[in-house]
Amino acid sequence: MAILIDNQSKVLVQGITGSEGKFHTQQMIAYGTRVVGGVTPGKGGSEVEGVPVFDTVRQAVEQTQANVSCIFVPAPFAADAILEAADAGIALIVCITEGIPIQDMVRVNEYVANLPNTRLIGPNCPGLTTPGQCKVGIMPGDLFQPGEVGIVSRSGTLTYEIVNELSKVGLGQSSCVGIGGDPIIGTTFIDVIPMFEADPQTKVVVLSGEIGGSDEENAAEYIKTMTKPVIGFISGRTAPPGKRMGHAGAIISGGKGSPQSKVDALTAAGVPIADTPADIPALVQRALSL
Amino acid sequence: MKLQEYQAKQVLRDMGIPVPNGEVTGTPHGARAIAERLSKPVVVVKAQVQMGGRGKAGGIKLAKSPEEAETVAGEILGKRLISPQNPDGMVADKVLVEEGISIDQEYYLGITVDRDTQRNVLMISRQGGMDIEEVAAKDPDAIATLPVDPLLGLTDYKARETLYDAGFDHALTNKLVPFVKGLYRAYLTVDANLAEINPCVLTAEGGIIAADAKINIDDNALYRQKRLASMQEENAEDPIEAEAMKRGIAYVRLGGNVGILGNGAGLVMCTVDEVARAGGKPANFLDVGGGAKADQVRNAVEIVMMDPNVKGLLFNIFGGITRGDEVAKGILEALQSMNIQVPIVVRLAGTRSEEGLKLLEGTPLIPVGSMQEAARKIVELCA
Repeated sequence: MAILIDNQSKVLVQGITGSEGKFHTQQMIAYGTRVVGGVTPGKGGSEVEGVPVFDTVRQAVEQTQANVSCIFVPAPFAADAILEAADAGIALIVCITEGIPIQDMVRVNEYVANLPNTRLIGPNCPGLTTPGQCKVGIMPGDLFQPGEVGIVSRSGTLTYEIVNELSKVGLGQSSCVGIGGDPIIGTTFIDVIPMFEADPQTKVVVLSGEIGGSDEENAAEYIKTMTKPVIGFISGRTAPPGKRMGHAGAIISGGKGSPQSKVDALTAAGVPIADTPADIPALVQRALSL
Repeated sequence: MKLQEYQAKQVLRDMGIPVPNGEVTGTPHGARAIAERLSKPVVVVKAQVQMGGRGKAGGIKLAKSPEEAETVAGEILGKRLISPQNPDGMVADKVLVEEGISIDQEYYLGITVDRDTQRNVLMISRQGGMDIEEVAAKDPDAIATLPVDPLLGLTDYKARETLYDAGFDHALTNKLVPFVKGLYRAYLTVDANLAEINPCVLTAEGGIIAADAKINIDDNALYRQKRLASMQEENAEDPIEAEAMKRGIAYVRLGGNVGILGNGAGLVMCTVDEVARAGGKPANFLDVGGGAKADQVRNAVEIVMMDPNVKGLLFNIFGGITRGDEVAKGILEALQSMNIQVPIVVRLAGTRSEEGLKLLEGTPLIPVGSMQEAARKIVELCA
């Protein structure tokens, strides 16, 4: 088991002929991901890393039965790429591209959210990995080990940090989902955590949040109803209000999105909060031994 | 990118929203000339700075004659305006000279991107003229909100409903519907992520006019907003942040003495937290971005070292796809060409980090394996 992706996932890479697309296609294949095709308008008929390239997602889906798409298309064209994947019937769209104009995302996200069988992850996210089976996106595969810890995080490198800490002490992962730090994203904590709750392989969930928004607070409400333990971490706890810390979403405004409100909400839901990523393995171990 | 008031008003005017007549100038003499052209009994001279508390800081003055307009413009231009919201103050190099308007009522109209609803949210209040966050905190019912369906746009009936929710009567609601729709249209047309009219004024004559305006443009959309992008004259609150913005580096000044650099916003934020937890005072947040090539590192270090308070540097790099040994080489190469006199702690983790740390041995850099240890070390060195 695991969530969202596994060794049966058939992955398409949109923007496969660009330098990022090409490099990460090779990395995904090396990890064992079934990359069945790529799309770059005007480059149909060629090949990248032994993968056939198509002009449109619709053609690619007809020929390959792809059900997952990983988007590396440059920001000005990425919103259109998401819509193209959605209309071609791709069930899971993972958009790595950062810097998409926010009004494009507001429209596209609304459209995709109205489709019952389509899920968007990102944009501006590292993608997701089911260790030992499949990775979609840019996460460094070497860090992962198959196991029982489900991870969902708003950040990229911080996620790798947490995975590294867990793998070092032999705590493997079921799946790891990077949802991205932008204000408008297709998938939030509240979407992913119930999947881990339902996944038999996952025994404990690590939620890595940060300042800004109220996704962590919303997740805390659901966590109260869960049977599985959840461990939390919040970054940006010492950030001054009103300052934007790199992630467009990481900003505290008018008291909303403050670290204290997140820590309080999660604590009230029985979630132990790690002060630093290095404390996460011990908290996971304790939760597993209960 | 934040537009200046006069630029924001031009955007609104282009959408058919009434704004006071006026022009912008950089000299007291120019202010006098504008006042003469306006030929109104009263003009308002407004400092063009993006700061809260501009009026209290002395950045907005009335003048009853062109001579007086020249005098008050001279009092505003080039002076440091200081308000509680901006203790360091800002200097205006332009003033907007406008016809005075007779105010009966002040309302608030705003629209911004909302994470919770994942939509643009329209906010309307009859309590305009002050900080909307204060209104929201004291009397949340005084603000009517509407998450606008992005696929349908702002429909007439939704605009009406929201105005009625805000407590406007029939006559004012009818007057304000085109105003609100114009604001929404302006907001989308310029790729904004925030647009506010505060106050939106009901004049003694019964007209509606945008007395002040604030529009922030989404930086990600500047490539297709070329006209506005070329109008950029953000007087950044901090000169180093301004330089970092120019170079496209995510840098935030935090006021302490420990310079912090890392890859990935989440990890850097976490490093800032670690340094604070170790009892240190972070000087900044800086995200070097993916990888750590020599020129990237050099550029980043230059920015951090512009802050004279910095007494030491902490690199926190997680080697993922970019391997730790490549990162170490990049840092060494960058620093070789620079003359950095402060201690530098480098924390490397992830793929091939041990090889990377080994490369740093025997150099003036201090290699460290864990984030906490790195934070402790640099705080000790900066004490």
